[in-house]
Amino acid sequence: MSIMRVKARAGDGRTDVKMMARHEMETGQRKDKAGNVIPAKFLSEIEVKHGGKVVFAANLGPAVSKNPYFSFSFAGGASGDTLELSWKENTGKSGSETADIR
Amino acid sequence: MSMNRRSVVKAVAAGGALMGLSVLMPRAAMAAWTKAAFEASEQSAAIKALYGEDSATESPEVILDAPDIAENGAVVPVSVSTTLPNVESMSIFIENNPSPLAVQFMIPEGTEADVSTRVRMGKTTNVTAVVKADGVLHRATKEVKVTIGGCGG
Repeated sequence: MSIMRVKARAGDGRTDVKMMARHEMETGQRKDKAGNVIPAKFLSEIEVKHGGKVVFAANLGPAVSKNPYFSFSFAGGASGDTLELSWKENTGKSGSETADIR
Repeated sequence: MSMNRRSVVKAVAAGGALMGLSVLMPRAAMAAWTKAAFEASEQSAAIKALYGEDSATESPEVILDAPDIAENGAVVPVSVSTTLPNVESMSIFIENNPSPLAVQFMIPEGTEADVSTRVRMGKTTNVTAVVKADGVLHRATKEVKVTIGGCGG
């Protein structure tokens, strides 16, 4: 299941990336109606590669907002190239997906 | 614990080997998720856990962009950029959050030292960006007033 929505646009020798991960980012500080703490469940690592090279990597804590959003730019990249995205949760769950540069 | 000469020599050798390893790692290698830094409840301790020291000095070359007033603490846009060369990482701290470290960005060579994200703020407090460039820590701080906190529930 893909969780990443990516807009990547190449031009002028660089690629601008805007990405959003669909994720609750549960902080571990909230309580449910019965007063039980809702366990923390958040994305802890996100990595983006282009042509096998890491172009962006972030370590996240639960203070990153729900549906984490990031924007960054890297040198190179061309329309039609593929970005490889991978992510990890604090629970140990992980995933990877791809997105094309427009 | 007895520290005879042999064990001291062993310890020094092991430490040296570890340091050697870290030197051999590429500059912008994926830094692991630092549990101690993300779980520290005090900002200075979080910075120390992440960088090994809290020696960052205020720098006009670190540009921290955040609103003066955030109506909704659950979604506060924050951007960090710098003109400093050889940036290794940039991180965002929110002083009065239960755990001040919000996010750490690794900046590989070829990637611009200019990132934006959105963070949660429990209440009005200082937001600090720490940039590690050429092995040196730099910082910029800005107070953000929060109307409705975004941490609890």
